Amino acid sequence: MAKQIYYEDVEVGTEITPLAKIATTRMLVQWAGASGDFNPLHYEDDFAKAMGVGAPIVHGALKRAWLGQLMTDWIPGEGKLKKLSCQYRGMDYPRKMKTMEEPHDGETWWCKGKVTKKYEEGSEHFVECEIWVENGKGDKTTPGSALVVLPTRSGK
Amino acid sequence: MPGGSLITDELQKLIGVSLGTTISKVEEGAIQRYAQAIGDPNPLYNDPDYASKTEYGRLLAPPGFTGWSIKAERPMEKLFESLIKAGGPPRVLDGGVEFEFIEPVGAGDVLTATTKIASITERETRLGKTMFTTVEITFVNQRGNVALKSRSTLIQF
Repeated sequence: MAKQIYYEDVEVGTEITPLAKIATTRMLVQWAGASGDFNPLHYEDDFAKAMGVGAPIVHGALKRAWLGQLMTDWIPGEGKLKKLSCQYRGMDYPRKMKTMEEPHDGETWWCKGKVTKKYEEGSEHFVECEIWVENGKGDKTTPGSALVVLPTRSGK
Repeated sequence: MPGGSLITDELQKLIGVSLGTTISKVEEGAIQRYAQAIGDPNPLYNDPDYASKTEYGRLLAPPGFTGWSIKAERPMEKLFESLIKAGGPPRVLDGGVEFEFIEPVGAGDVLTATTKIASITERETRLGKTMFTTVEITFVNQRGNVALKSRSTLIQF
């Protein structure tokens, strides 16, 4: 895990350490099993076409979970995630598998974010962030926001 | 809205209605499989020995954990059907979610989740006439405290 980040270390505009992800058909199967979301939208071609999305798409909740990791990687240990939200605006399509383990060449997704506000309330130090998942073309398919509490270097 | 409202009388009646309560135990293995599916190697979610020595005292669940052992998502699946049966458009997509985290969730916790339809609205989007249903889930832990709340939006067109 990354080293502890403190309230004094961040300013409005501070970039959150980006996190790279590659969605694959294999990963979607794994996610379906782990999350219990067996909607055929994520694995059946004809059903996905009938639903108007063209082909099986990456689960929105998986992208949301990536954004959760983006935040908890950034604020490890003493930082606390208070709120997380995102909207599933754009469809993302997983890479197909070439071998058991290796996906075909294709898109890499990046989870990114930046600080939009910092403030103290009571004895806690809050930081608000704009976060998003962006696809290989640079489109923000999954914009959202997060609110965290960070420790201070002074301990006050 | 031209061509009339998507929100039928039957859909109106669903607003504010509870979709039921589920009780689920958070399992260690479910947390680990969930973290692996995200591709998150954080030892708090993967290594029970490590996690037990932290302030959490047990394997911690990733934020917004809705792993297989949490049944609150099941009423959501039934909800798709009841919204369509009540006259809602046939194509359903997940629009997004907001989480508020109040207490940590970890292995061994027992969560009682209550699911309710908070609102149904409609507007014109690039998908055409589109209906938005907001569903709220409140998760209460075995200590009687609210651990987290979620608000999900379903899109129908």
